[in-house]
Amino acid sequence: MKPADLHFAKTHEWVSVAEEDGSQVATVGISAFAVEALTDLVFMELPTIGKQVSAGEPFCEVESVKAVSDVYAPVSGEVIAVNETLPDTLEKLSTAPYGDGWIAKIKMSEEGLGHLMDYDAYQKQCSEES
Amino acid sequence: MRNIRDTQLLFDLSKPGSRGARLPASDVGEQPIEDLLPASALAATLPELPEVSEPQVVRHFTNLSTQNMSVDTHFYPLGSCTMKYNPKRNERAAAMPAFAALHPYQPEETLQGMLHVLHEMQEYLQEISGLPACSLQPAAGAHGEYAALLVAAAYFKDLGEIEQRRKVLVPDNAHGTNPASAVMAGFEVVTVKTLTNGSVDMVDFHAKLDDHIAVLMITNPNTVGIFEPAMAEIADAIHKRGGLVYLDGANMNAILGVTRPGDFGADMQHYNPHKTFSGPHGGGGPGAGPICVTEKLAPYLPAPVVKKVDNPSADTDKTADCPLPTAHYTLDFDRPKSVGRVRGFFGNVGVLLRAYCYIRTHGPEGLRAVSENAVLNANYLLSIVKNLLPIPQGDRCMHEFVASASPLKKENGVTAMDLAKRLLDFGFHAPTVYFPMTVAESIMVEPTESESKETLDAFAEVLSQIIAEDADLLHEAPHTTAISRPNEVQAARQPVLNCPCG
Repeated sequence: MKPADLHFAKTHEWVSVAEEDGSQVATVGISAFAVEALTDLVFMELPTIGKQVSAGEPFCEVESVKAVSDVYAPVSGEVIAVNETLPDTLEKLSTAPYGDGWIAKIKMSEEGLGHLMDYDAYQKQCSEES
Repeated sequence: MRNIRDTQLLFDLSKPGSRGARLPASDVGEQPIEDLLPASALAATLPELPEVSEPQVVRHFTNLSTQNMSVDTHFYPLGSCTMKYNPKRNERAAAMPAFAALHPYQPEETLQGMLHVLHEMQEYLQEISGLPACSLQPAAGAHGEYAALLVAAAYFKDLGEIEQRRKVLVPDNAHGTNPASAVMAGFEVVTVKTLTNGSVDMVDFHAKLDDHIAVLMITNPNTVGIFEPAMAEIADAIHKRGGLVYLDGANMNAILGVTRPGDFGADMQHYNPHKTFSGPHGGGGPGAGPICVTEKLAPYLPAPVVKKVDNPSADTDKTADCPLPTAHYTLDFDRPKSVGRVRGFFGNVGVLLRAYCYIRTHGPEGLRAVSENAVLNANYLLSIVKNLLPIPQGDRCMHEFVASASPLKKENGVTAMDLAKRLLDFGFHAPTVYFPMTVAESIMVEPTESESKETLDAFAEVLSQIIAEDADLLHEAPHTTAISRPNEVQAARQPVLNCPCG
């Protein structure tokens, strides 16, 4: 996926929405900027499939040599798939944050991504934060 | 000269047959071990132990011990950890046989001296915190947090509100132990944002306030060295909702005798005696985390507490050979609402004794001077460092401040970690880095009151020198320590927890 086609949350998660079996399904990951800021990652705790998540609430965790950080759900809905092999191949978060480094798929309970940023707006936020 | 031969792993030094001591042959007949112990108690193989001589062992550990940094050997500006100097007299007092040789199962009447000291310690901590009840039991600061939250839970249970009050508010620059203690005590954690200057974001705070709040855990002064400007408003708002305010006492070193948590709205607090008074620092020995609470929470404190009982029949005749004392001290277990014990016996009294000596040595004015000097030292250092690195919180601080290495990282890739590691080469312990996470590339400096102006000047001078150094030199620092940079990722993901010996 090209980052320019994605939507971003203030808390550095990205979202790509596609239609699957008549529902809107969001694929979710964390941005390259976030991965770099977290430094060396050591553990990841995936959400459980079937879990109901709300936009803006923590739904899983990544741990780096610095700290444990929450990953916030960028959309509301039900977790229907997780990237099972990711915790054992954390390097994917650095090498392919917008591809093989995806974290989970959420079947959206509410339509619309108006609360998220496009790539340009997100880049602007990152340059202010760094 | 560094001895790198004797600091190898003991297993690498091991040579079959080497011994520390050789005993003469036994003149008692030997019996096979199988005749003495049942088969189930016998291991199939002998334990793998290194075989080395006594001088090898002594050199091994003595040389290793010199590769460490400590408050006794180096300036140690570790923000948030308050690595102040521990006066040696406190160590001597705690080691006196009259204290150290006591056994907690001795009859109470033979423990009167110790109980007297502990009772006074309870009273001193109450006075310093402005909270009228104290438990000395918890064995560390985080244990104190947990114990106090158990007290809060017991209080709400008693009120019949525990089902309703599930939430604990914690600002995002709090110590990680705060949310951990809250979850362990059965609460849900709600994070409150803070602003760039380090204070609580009051808009976010008010938005998160509701009738489900049990406790707000706040560190004041906080981890960026700011005394919370809206403390009174925050405490009032929590109390209006029926909640309790918990004060993380990690930064008490900044306010001793100046203000008291009980006076600015706290209902409970813990102390870190090693940070505020005197005691072994991180890993240097056992800890203590006494807690103080308000009157209404007192019945729920861990039992026992030390109680003073007046002797109405005390002898007033001073000329008598053996006058009865006017009071005696007892461990009060009769506390039906108590959350129970949180620690065996009476906590780590050796640590409390050191803190007691510190308090007694300084007295009220002296303790205030401790805080004033800690704050003065931090502001002095801040006034120099701000010309080297930005300090987002501004020009003034309490006992510590947080600088950011972000501009260096942008300019030539030099990180907070690089600066911290390079400081080791100049004989300074590194400041805290990457905490709090609310400041990018954070470097958290806390000089404490123990340091002279000359030491602070020397530290700032070295920092200034390092910032001008070549980036590659910094990336590879430290250059003078026995081990440079451990592989932290490998250490976390593939830790070697037992030695592949032999």
